[in-house]
Amino acid sequence: MSDPLALRPWVVLVVAATAVVTYLTKVGGIWLLSRVEVSDRVRAGLEVLPGAIVVAVLGPQLAEGGPPEWAAAAVVALVARRTGNILLSLAAGVGAVVAFRALL
Amino acid sequence: MTSRRDGGRIAGDGESAGEAGSESPSQSVESGGIEPDEGDEPDGVTFGWSGLRAGFVTCAPVALGVAGYGIAFGVLADRAGLSLAEATLMSAVVLAGASQIIAVELWADPIPAAAIVLAVFAVNLRYSLMGAALRPWFRTLSPAKVYGSLFFMADENWALTMRDLTSGSGRGAFLLGSGLAMWLFWVASTVAGVAVGGVVGDPARLGLDYALVAVFVALAVELWDGSSSIVPWTVALGTALVTAQLLSGQWHVLAGGGAAAVVEVIRSD
Repeated sequence: MSDPLALRPWVVLVVAATAVVTYLTKVGGIWLLSRVEVSDRVRAGLEVLPGAIVVAVLGPQLAEGGPPEWAAAAVVALVARRTGNILLSLAAGVGAVVAFRALL
Repeated sequence: MTSRRDGGRIAGDGESAGEAGSESPSQSVESGGIEPDEGDEPDGVTFGWSGLRAGFVTCAPVALGVAGYGIAFGVLADRAGLSLAEATLMSAVVLAGASQIIAVELWADPIPAAAIVLAVFAVNLRYSLMGAALRPWFRTLSPAKVYGSLFFMADENWALTMRDLTSGSGRGAFLLGSGLAMWLFWVASTVAGVAVGGVVGDPARLGLDYALVAVFVALAVELWDGSSSIVPWTVALGTALVTAQLLSGQWHVLAGGGAAAVVEVIRSD
């Protein structure tokens, strides 16, 4: 990496755009609710989005990997379920994938 | 269900839980129109230092836990080629963990700006629902307070705020206070993560190429909502796998998420 303080204009522009759309989602609900009524169906559709997007990111990533990556994913799931701690799950997964790549 | 309070303003602490503001947000949504419906509105919502402080203090330990996530984001941002200043800027102005991790995951040269912005928007759409749930308490506050506080809304402090408001505390500044705690830890941990990522040499040798998968598996475990998740997740997974075969880039993320939402809209009767 080059300069840690670098602020490339195009990067700043993309970051600013993500900030704007994020802020719009944060205020959008309250803003919209005073104007239109959201049906229960649309609400149900929006509620599944976070999980569905996480799965959509994960699926192809895991499909590209092999047994070490799959076994490490199982370790992460177990640790996450037991502890609910993201950092601990991350550390366990990274440790497990190194071990499984050496073994499997 | 609705309990109107006779007294004027509420001091904040020492209110008996569950007395006021116990109506669920969905009820207010159903009755919600443009005209304020009297009797469905928790009145006496204040916006002051006590609420701000209570939010900050309550959220600080939670925010410390979220900092682990921030370190992971910093490592991933560094690996994606963002500078320390650029990654820190993103954490400071976006403040939405999962979407930031997806943004740096999509990062490439040249930057696929449209895909990144669209993916971030889609991942964060849930915030609209969360913000909407706050409306019964926020409708009496000034727009500056409401729209300023909402900038600092993230998953964890929203949950704490809902818990506080539904208990009848009437502390309108709780979201801002808890959000400031989130912001501080999030930005600081991003700096730490980029620094750690810069020290680390070959990411694959140390298993750091696996960091994102690990974080997302953990996130999926958290988001798993029992049997109600089976259909949308299967649709998302299937669509994403097929799309990834057909299209380069990261369109499978939007295709998978969009297909799951559409199916859920269709089948929820």
